[in-house]
Amino acid sequence: MVDQSAVGRSFTPVTARVEPGRLRYFLNTLGEQNPVYRNADAARAAGFTGMPVPPTYLFCLEMLDVEDPFDMFNALGIDLGSVLHGEQSFLYHAPVLVGDTLTFRPRVASVTEKKGGAMTLIGIRCEVTNQDGVHVADTARTIVVRNKVAS
Amino acid sequence: MASADIKAGDRIVHKVFPPITRHTLALYCGASGDHNPIHVDIDFAKAAGFPDVFAHGMLVMAYLGQALTDAVPPSKLRSFATRFVAITQLGAKLTCEGTVTEIFAENGERRARLALTTRDDRGEVKLEGSAIVAL
Repeated sequence: MVDQSAVGRSFTPVTARVEPGRLRYFLNTLGEQNPVYRNADAARAAGFTGMPVPPTYLFCLEMLDVEDPFDMFNALGIDLGSVLHGEQSFLYHAPVLVGDTLTFRPRVASVTEKKGGAMTLIGIRCEVTNQDGVHVADTARTIVVRNKVAS
Repeated sequence: MASADIKAGDRIVHKVFPPITRHTLALYCGASGDHNPIHVDIDFAKAAGFPDVFAHGMLVMAYLGQALTDAVPPSKLRSFATRFVAITQLGAKLTCEGTVTEIFAENGERRARLALTTRDDRGEVKLEGSAIVAL
């Protein structure tokens, strides 16, 4: 079971490029038709210098380009079938545009036992910077681990 | 959105999405990089104690994000947060809504706080969240 010793643990930074084809696949999957994400002129008219990404796409970029998407779970000894996503947040500081190269630096921020050890909540925070060193966003997620409790 | 007229209590986000299919989940698996088999492999889901595969929380949040930036230009979005309240099952037809709860000033701009929800077609809340947008 994951315990307090995991707090502060960081993982290999992930470098991800915002590729137009992969982004289009995401937009098509979601039926996203907003021209700001699909048309350079519409993006410029909306105040961007390039094509922006949708609000949750940062989460995807980190997973798409990490060497092993479940590296963190494996490192913490968590079984994939026992994991649920509890909470997710994004703080946006600067635009993320197609063509950017982002670096994600995830770390364990908190570990909390719930329901007498039946669940463990793991808080993971991640700073996101771009190719110019601009701090573009902060993300935070809470992972819920359903522990196998002896009955 | 005429931002000068926005006031607390206004519902500015509202969008209904088509039912979630297995095909959507398979596509989202590849599109998002979230390859957890629990969302696409019924054998894996059953072995983990679930009756069937179910939607990625982040797929549901992506729909909510779409509803949000249909109403608010993405350049105005300052933060976006959700709590995943319940598992979203196959076939769910989601409705995403957002209501202004507060107008305030921060970092030299007028901002609105929105309370966000995603419900399925039976009215069950799947996601609860909030966003801060510049006006």
